[in-house]
Amino acid sequence: MEILMQVLIAVAVLGGLGLAFGLVLAAASKIFYVETDPRLDQLNECLPGANCGGCGYAGCGGYAEAVLNGEAPVGKCASGGNECAQAMAAIMGIKAEAVTRKVALVRCSGEKTYDKDGNQIKGAKVKANYEGFRDCLAASKVGGSGPLSCKFGCLGYGTCTKACKYGAIKVVNGVAKVDEDLCVGCMACAAVCPRQLIVPVEPNRNVVIACNSMAKGAVTTRSCTVGCIGCGLCKKICPNDAITVEKGLARIDYTKCDNCGLCATVCPKQLIKDSKVETLSDPAIKQPTNSPEVKV
Amino acid sequence: MVTEILGIIIAALLSQNFILVKFYGICPFMGVSKKIDTALGMGMAVTFVMALASAACWAVNWLLVKLNITYMQTVAFILVIATLVQVVEMFLKKSIPALYKALGVFLPLITTNCAVLGVVLVNVQNNYNFLLSVLNGAAGGLGFTLAIVLFASVRERVNKADCPECFKGFPIALIAAGLLALAFMGFSGLSIS
Repeated sequence: MEILMQVLIAVAVLGGLGLAFGLVLAAASKIFYVETDPRLDQLNECLPGANCGGCGYAGCGGYAEAVLNGEAPVGKCASGGNECAQAMAAIMGIKAEAVTRKVALVRCSGEKTYDKDGNQIKGAKVKANYEGFRDCLAASKVGGSGPLSCKFGCLGYGTCTKACKYGAIKVVNGVAKVDEDLCVGCMACAAVCPRQLIVPVEPNRNVVIACNSMAKGAVTTRSCTVGCIGCGLCKKICPNDAITVEKGLARIDYTKCDNCGLCATVCPKQLIKDSKVETLSDPAIKQPTNSPEVKV
Repeated sequence: MVTEILGIIIAALLSQNFILVKFYGICPFMGVSKKIDTALGMGMAVTFVMALASAACWAVNWLLVKLNITYMQTVAFILVIATLVQVVEMFLKKSIPALYKALGVFLPLITTNCAVLGVVLVNVQNNYNFLLSVLNGAAGGLGFTLAIVLFASVRERVNKADCPECFKGFPIALIAAGLLALAFMGFSGLSIS
């Protein structure tokens, strides 16, 4: 009998506590109820949910909230693309402009190639062996301008690789490469690159200038075999006047460029390339290479 | 009284640190220690909940002792802590949205933090009165904060270092945690009496 009483008391007390706490929670959920706009959930559903931060907000939830409050335009999500922008615009009852897909481009061609004796025959010249933190920002602070002779080129310590949420950027032969199919254009890599090498371009471009060297021609030639020396041959041959040469570096204005590819044929350093070749995404037109490491 | 208070504070912060000496609450300790500022946020949330849980559980324990069913302590305390975390979460969401956002996912995570249950059980075992219980809870939370912030700052550096591939990430973090616990063993003789 005694034991039965004990058990009953325990059950009653625990049950009572549970009931009391349940009531407290129920009351609290009424008292502290926060109204949320049902559109917020719908907006969240449109977004990819990768939280890449490419829109400039803290994750997809932050961007959805900003759109709801009218602080941000739709179509800032590079990953969701046009589809996502239109869906969000439909929820918000506004019109969205078409969003063109862009991908990241690393403006450096200085992949290092060595002969069988270990002598460098191609690419950006290395002036020192760097053995510190495997981080481009850290490396770029060492010895004035980092271990590369070129002050503008890719250091290849993979800071962008770590920043990419999609596994779309890899370091190959000392230079970062973007896989065009995986890249969603969030530009998280561009934000962390200490040399501001990474820019957005439309995919499937026939011509991209894969160099960022703004040094004088002679200096560029000394520090890299594939650096833009600002000779202007591409500018002269371009039928649409789409190319300008500023500070020893050619640039293409894509509003004028019609993808003819003439400039690529005259570039003495062969650094004007097909964006596909540059991004290694299509094995059929991948440039032949001696290195077995090239994989995406 | 003063020596007792000082003793409790020093024990909870250093010589009987809940994480590094007693090994309670290792899950959030490993999980949320990648960055110093998130670690600090987690530490503050735990401190808050620990102090509140100590107060609430003191009252529940009084009831259990009256009815002579102290063997139900663990179940009752878990009930109290789970409810408390829920109420705190709702309260913050309504009243201090900024803090709610800053704490984010850590708040519900605290429900499963066994350091909170640990501090409540320690209070009961040592027969602390109400004030000492709350003090022990708050100091225990600060001890947790100290441990997790120290560990996060170690981890931020270790992550940048060029360590062997097989040790990268979690393995080297576990080794670092072990070394930190070893260092805290140095406080074990410390007591005020």
